[in-house]
Amino acid sequence: MTDLAQLQEQVSDASSEGKPLCIVGGNSKHDVGRESSGDPISLRNYSGVVDYQPTELVITVRAGTTLTELKEILASENQMLACETPELEGVATVGGALACAQSGPSRPWYGSIRDQVLGVRLINGKAEHLRFGGEVMKNVAGYDIARLQAGAMGAFGLITEVSLKVLPRPESTKTVCRRLDADRAIQVMNEMSGTPLPLTGASWYDGNLHFRLVGQSSVIDAIAAELEGDVLADGDEFWTALREQSLPIFKGAGELWRLSMRANAAHSKPDGDWLIDWGGARRWLSGAYDRAELESTAVESGGEVTQVRGGDRSAEILPTLPEAHRAMLQRLKQAFDPEAIFNRGRLYSWL
Amino acid sequence: MLLINGHPASSVDTKALASKFRTFIDPDFVVSDTDSKRPFECDGLSVYKEMPRLVVMPASTDEVRKAMRLCHEHGVPVVVRGAGTGLSGGALPHPDGVLLSLTRLSNIIDIDPAARQARVQPGVRNLEISEACDEYGLFYAPDPSSQIACSIGGNVAENAGGVHCLKYGLTVHNVLQLTLVTVDGEVITVGNEGLESAGPDLLALIIGSEGMLGVVTEVIVKLLPKPSHCQVILASFDNIESAGDAVGGVIASGIIPAGFEMMDSYAIKAAEDYAHAGYDTDAAALLLCELDGTAEEVASGIDRCTKMFEKYGATSIRVSKDEAERALYWKGRKSAFPAIGRISPDYYCMDGTIPRRSLSKVLSEIARLSTEFGLRVANVFHAGDGNMHPLILFDESKPGELKKAEAFGAKILELCVEVGGCITGEHGVGVEKLPQMLVQFDDAELAQLNAVKDACDPDGLLNPGKGVPTLKRCQEYRSL
Repeated sequence: MTDLAQLQEQVSDASSEGKPLCIVGGNSKHDVGRESSGDPISLRNYSGVVDYQPTELVITVRAGTTLTELKEILASENQMLACETPELEGVATVGGALACAQSGPSRPWYGSIRDQVLGVRLINGKAEHLRFGGEVMKNVAGYDIARLQAGAMGAFGLITEVSLKVLPRPESTKTVCRRLDADRAIQVMNEMSGTPLPLTGASWYDGNLHFRLVGQSSVIDAIAAELEGDVLADGDEFWTALREQSLPIFKGAGELWRLSMRANAAHSKPDGDWLIDWGGARRWLSGAYDRAELESTAVESGGEVTQVRGGDRSAEILPTLPEAHRAMLQRLKQAFDPEAIFNRGRLYSWL
Repeated sequence: MLLINGHPASSVDTKALASKFRTFIDPDFVVSDTDSKRPFECDGLSVYKEMPRLVVMPASTDEVRKAMRLCHEHGVPVVVRGAGTGLSGGALPHPDGVLLSLTRLSNIIDIDPAARQARVQPGVRNLEISEACDEYGLFYAPDPSSQIACSIGGNVAENAGGVHCLKYGLTVHNVLQLTLVTVDGEVITVGNEGLESAGPDLLALIIGSEGMLGVVTEVIVKLLPKPSHCQVILASFDNIESAGDAVGGVIASGIIPAGFEMMDSYAIKAAEDYAHAGYDTDAAALLLCELDGTAEEVASGIDRCTKMFEKYGATSIRVSKDEAERALYWKGRKSAFPAIGRISPDYYCMDGTIPRRSLSKVLSEIARLSTEFGLRVANVFHAGDGNMHPLILFDESKPGELKKAEAFGAKILELCVEVGGCITGEHGVGVEKLPQMLVQFDDAELAQLNAVKDACDPDGLLNPGKGVPTLKRCQEYRSL
């Protein structure tokens, strides 16, 4: 068990020497973000439940707790972390999942991991251990530093503890599969998402549109029977593979792109190996493409593109930002980490 | 001399400043005479009043951008105001500053029913959004009690909640994108029309930042499909503890009601007198528990919750039979504040959040404090999410009573922190709760919050003196 004082000391030393630190949890996401060098500082052994109150729907865990452990603890009370964050072979940690803002197929309906966050403790660049947010559902005291950490990939500090909202596990799920082309699939997904059906998944891959319904068996069985398509006996397998990013599109060493866009944006260009998730709002594309071209496609559809894998990892991989936006991020970095020791350059070369 | 942005504070003459504004804003909307400025001297927390130098009402993002540039250039503080319904003095004007009222930015720019989103200007009223997309079977989920009047810009500034947040979340969970004008007049877009935005979650940072980090001039909100069925249970209890336990019981059994509200006997009586909702005025506590979803889901939920309430000793249980009855049951709760306003010359609304399991302890302590201070309290409580609104009744015309009410309120907030909760669930810190920020946060945390403020607003021009106490203020509060 790593103790907090050790972590603070390591940060303090790095800060006084101006030496960068590379934050590591389960090391399952070492390839997420840009190349970044620094002495490793590990949270993996800073783990375990701090407090769990099932009737309050809140759990607080140390950042090195794995999602698999978290899931088991919650399951013992018939609860769950609703955003279906990937467990990545059992080693992904809660801190890493929040830092990388990883949410699974249920995201449009249950919210992202950021949406479940109620509070964090973190060590800033001055080696101070600070608490923001808390363990209650509503808290507007001070700026929302807790949720700001989602996607920051450690740039603003070392997350040590996370309080999360949890939900009861639904009684059962049902998956319906329909063969459709991408254009039609996007249309159908959006139509379905606009109805009050108890959906928690709508994804298209390899010519198949998958829907997931949750709730009481009697209710969703009746709904599934009325939907066009086949009810799958082993439907959960698809969602697990999607969540864990083990479908073929995620495999291999080539380039992988992730586009965030308006859910009903047309499926136009380029032709290629696409996976459409989140009812159309998140789209994955594998293969070598021109970043500027993809960026203009995404921006036209109200969104952005990130180069998730492959290509030159020392070049920029996140969406291009205008100067004012960039300046704000740089000043925020300075506010949390004046010596720029945490995960230097992991998000952007200039951050 | 106080220097702001290298200039002596307010060195620019007010008249000269007004004429500069009039070169790019319709002169009728650059208000400098005292009588016309009067309606802007306070927000919904009217015990705090201040006259701004100027009230300026821009009509576009571009006019806001120019206004911010002008103020930045001359080191003039800016306080942004929406509908002025805030309850923490967050929109209290600055005596040396410009009050930037965004009420003219009041258009719903676009509703995209297929993508389930609406692009709106900040002055659009909360309820207007749901009304406008009703024809598509969609609604905007956050529903603060002031939703008839409050604006979406103000909702973003405060991260407004409402009675349905346990299931549908707060403003931060229902906004996709913001257009933000920075203190120096640059325009940036935060978030996007999809559901994720790479990099640090600036959307979360801006939402709830009380107008201290930038000026929001456009908002894209997420719309949800209206549930096909909705019913509410009205359950009376003869003691608060049983009602509190019943709430815990329902949630532990795996049900997430769409709305879950509690009122104490004082609030029940006031609301009933005002709204004639059919509340049981002999009850010590009343629960409103709303279930929504498909017909089957609602029927099963109503059945399970009803049994749970029986188990915890409910003295009467009624279930809404139709939409009219559901609306009537809610009317009582939603009009609790004005109802209290009718029976007391003044009231002071608190906004702490507590872990639900501490409810009995907190309520009995509030009752004790009520005796100690000699002021009555009515309690309304968002039971599902732990956000409580004790209403302290007082009479401002009696010398010293306001001070007493404020001292009582401060005790309640400290109590909320002590049991593991927080000083504000949805009303914001504003000017009102600055002293309690020292209870919620330690010095290093406050310094970090101030560093975030400095990063976005180095000269401290945006809503100065609100939200987060400066180091100097902290020392003053501590020495009290």
